[in-house]
Amino acid sequence: MSERILPGLQLEKVDDRIMTLNVGPQHPGSGHMRIILKVDGDYIVHCDPDPGYVHRGEEKMAEYRNYITNIPHLERPVIHDSCNILYPYCLGVEELLGLEVPERAKYLRVIAAELNRCVYTQYWLGIYGIFLGHSTMFMWPVGDRELFIDLLEKMTGARVTHSYFVPGGIRNDVPPNFEDVCLRYVNYFEKRIKEYADVFYDNPILISRTKDTGILSREDAIKLGTTGSVLRASGVDFDIRKKEPYDVYEEMDFDSDVLKEGDSYARSKIPWLDMFQSCRIIRDALQKMPKSGSVRVKLKPNPKGGDTEVYRRVESGRGALGMHIVSKGKPQPYRLKISVGSFRNLIAMPHLLTGEKLGNLPPVYWSLNYWPVEADR
Amino acid sequence: MSSTNNTEIEKIEDTSLVSDTEKSLSDSISKKFPNVQITYVNPNRIRVNVKREEIIDVASFIRDELHFDHAESVSGVDYPEDNQVEVVYHLGSYTDPSLSKQILALATRTPREDIPHPGNDNTKLPSLHDVFPSVSFHERECFEMLGVYFEGNPDNRRLLLPEDWADIPPLRKDFAIKGR
Repeated sequence: MSERILPGLQLEKVDDRIMTLNVGPQHPGSGHMRIILKVDGDYIVHCDPDPGYVHRGEEKMAEYRNYITNIPHLERPVIHDSCNILYPYCLGVEELLGLEVPERAKYLRVIAAELNRCVYTQYWLGIYGIFLGHSTMFMWPVGDRELFIDLLEKMTGARVTHSYFVPGGIRNDVPPNFEDVCLRYVNYFEKRIKEYADVFYDNPILISRTKDTGILSREDAIKLGTTGSVLRASGVDFDIRKKEPYDVYEEMDFDSDVLKEGDSYARSKIPWLDMFQSCRIIRDALQKMPKSGSVRVKLKPNPKGGDTEVYRRVESGRGALGMHIVSKGKPQPYRLKISVGSFRNLIAMPHLLTGEKLGNLPPVYWSLNYWPVEADR
Repeated sequence: MSSTNNTEIEKIEDTSLVSDTEKSLSDSISKKFPNVQITYVNPNRIRVNVKREEIIDVASFIRDELHFDHAESVSGVDYPEDNQVEVVYHLGSYTDPSLSKQILALATRTPREDIPHPGNDNTKLPSLHDVFPSVSFHERECFEMLGVYFEGNPDNRRLLLPEDWADIPPLRKDFAIKGR
């Protein structure tokens, strides 16, 4: 070990018992991240998650662009959930600039955010299915997801990376027949996701692989500061849409589902249950939405924030998503910190995987609802 | 918010919106720790500035007496004109329903050096890892992005940047993006 070795490389004594295993960063089972495992036979004795493979420096980039030109690049970390990642940014900038969002825009934002949550969850569910060897569960969600992508395309003009939310409202109003089409799609979608229970959630093979694996207790979930589906699967009722309602979530009629088991099965079930609630929210919002009106307040060119800071958060598909914006009276943010659910749930990964069998890595890893690109930012 | 004058409460924006919860929280902190500076009390948000010697005590008090139980985010902000780096812990509570809307920003500052040697210079803070275990990855990120070494964090390695990164911490203000 006395020889100088290149950074990032490590020399290791070959042991006949403990073996080091790199899962990722290009292994399809881990997403774009590396998990460094030490295995003793079939058991994981040490787990060291190593994110950063797709780090893009969004926070640094944001310091060089003004409040409006920040919009398109800030949604890149989660292109499938781009409305929800722009949501706290827009709420924060609105607080900084003192903007009041028109009523119709608030409802359309809620609809877009919920559609986006379903689109993300379906994509995640497809990957979860395929990595457990269930190819039908890849085909169905990815197929059904197209419906909501179509709806979002009608709303925003783009299939993914919508850039729909802007400080002060939304970019454009929806087309005239949107309400009817949306209602029809949502009703069909809800009928469709019910069938997932038969093929996936009640499937004895899935249950045998995920039940009682990777159990996260309620106390640990709180202590580790996990969020979103991981937290709610461990019996903590905490949904920002309920606890700190933003825009018009206060008026919406929905429940946030909580399961007590804390195992991989419960964690994989929560996002699916959430999609039913999303359908309820969308229907409710379509009904309560004002039928006409402006959707955006006009901004001054190059708006400047005051000498202050804000912290706003929303519930995204992967849990709480907060943005801390420090303003110094310039058109650009002085500092923009994005706190994402995936990064916060990363801490649960070594906690859950240590002591598990190697074969339980995919169900535990994917049940954490982890999106490597978002965690790396 | 970054001004360094030592007024007790600098700014209370629109007091009518501030609820009793926030007032009682900020009062109990300032009663227990008279040196602590509460910079703002906004609806659902409180910001507390502490000296780095006091941060463990204040954080333990916030956890044990005020029932904040986890950290949502840890952001580091570089202030070259003050020659300081600020670290802001955003703390929240899952267990106390009356605090579910609240975010308490606990901020502290550490001296900054013009030529940083992350881990080997004066830019150090005591880690809150023993008080809030949820900060561990956030502090690792803050260490590599701003060069703030957290004494007591068991894992102060690189996280997101490449292993052979040989430049200054990239979220320092003197690190410039090419072409901008």
